[in-house]
Amino acid sequence: MPWIDACATDDIETEDLIRFDHDGRTFAIYRSPDDEFFCTDGLCTHEQVHLADGLVMDYEIECPKHNATFDYRTGEAKRAPACVNLNTYPVRTEGGRVLIEV
Amino acid sequence: MAHRDYSMLGADAKRAVETGLAAAEWYHTDIPRKQMKDLMRRDDGPAIRDTIILFGSMVALAGIGIALWPSIWSLPFWLAYGVLYGSAMDSRWHECSHGTAFKTRWMNDVIYQIASFCMVRNPHAWRWSHTRHHTDTIIVGRDPEIAIMRPPEFARLIANFFGLVDAWNGWIRMLYNATGRVHPEEASYIPEAEQHKVIRVARIWVVIYASVIALAFAMGSILPLMVIGLPRLYGAWHHVMTGLLQHGGLADNVIDHRLNSRTVYMNPISRFIYWNMNYHVEHHMFPMVPYHRLPELHEAVKHDLPLPNSSIAQAFAEMWPALRRQLKNEDFFLKRDLPATAKPYREDFHHAALGTAAE
Repeated sequence: MPWIDACATDDIETEDLIRFDHDGRTFAIYRSPDDEFFCTDGLCTHEQVHLADGLVMDYEIECPKHNATFDYRTGEAKRAPACVNLNTYPVRTEGGRVLIEV
Repeated sequence: MAHRDYSMLGADAKRAVETGLAAAEWYHTDIPRKQMKDLMRRDDGPAIRDTIILFGSMVALAGIGIALWPSIWSLPFWLAYGVLYGSAMDSRWHECSHGTAFKTRWMNDVIYQIASFCMVRNPHAWRWSHTRHHTDTIIVGRDPEIAIMRPPEFARLIANFFGLVDAWNGWIRMLYNATGRVHPEEASYIPEAEQHKVIRVARIWVVIYASVIALAFAMGSILPLMVIGLPRLYGAWHHVMTGLLQHGGLADNVIDHRLNSRTVYMNPISRFIYWNMNYHVEHHMFPMVPYHRLPELHEAVKHDLPLPNSSIAQAFAEMWPALRRQLKNEDFFLKRDLPATAKPYREDFHHAALGTAAE
């Protein structure tokens, strides 16, 4: 799978996320409290709401519509109404850029 | 004039899906991400403080009520206890179902379970019904929490001030679920994997109620039921009063919360009981914002919202005549004016509903 240059590391605040659209798909890229980067599908598995408007708390992302939560490191659904896990994608940083493998 | 079918399995439900009203993208006021993140931030402090006040008051009031029982002087203490049990628990149920009251998840979950029991709302069934209420707010056939259906049934609305319909339905449904069944309407919005939890909770509640009733028989007094069960009836009036104002008399089948929800300025005691849900347009637009930050959210978005009602009485004076007009004309509703600073309603988007607004 190709590595895609998604954004600059500085584009994402610590303990936050941004939306990244690529090739007709939408992703969420996270920066953890420990300055690690992660990537998941961009839409909540419950009702296809963009997670980018949600809240990152530690290692969880909370959907802005119904407060479903996921562990963005593993994609695991942690709180109803989400019952289906998010897909996750490899991430690496290089020269101040965030690259995702999708 | 269209006749509305509020069944989750009826013609309007089907039509809402076919026309894209179901699970639609709703209007949101623009707020900078940085500000929104700050407003969404969780905090245990305010809810711990409020919970200590709430439960401390309940213990004190019920204790005095028991001490004075059966004197008439116990009555005011029961009435005050009842409002905390039968109304404040409604807002605790609501906020904790969103997971926004506390930062710590187990605290949300514990209060959610207690409040669900007090309000006779199965915590698993109602979690999913409220999820649907937020997806499809006041979309006929999709929203299972429409308090005032058209044409309004005034006898039902007034009976509910004493919990006579909702609590009764809750107890009937509890017994139904306790037999190991989930109602077909519930099954339309509760995932199959979650349905066993509905049954388990119903059975636990039946045991609790049976114990309280047995104690009442053993004592030859209704006193145990004055503490558990009956306050859901004699203390319901406040949450019904505030709850009816949330959407009553406003538009249905629209996808802009400014058209179907109402923000009302209220006195501090009602706001404590109601946990700031008087900022109801704001809550529906941004359900991630905890109750204790809603006044700040209101300040941030009020330029884009209809003018709030100035008091509970003023809001009822606006709503009640509209409900009476809906008796004769189901399509009648109040279309509230936006300030000049607001983005206009999407008339093209809501043409069918807005065509019959009040002038």
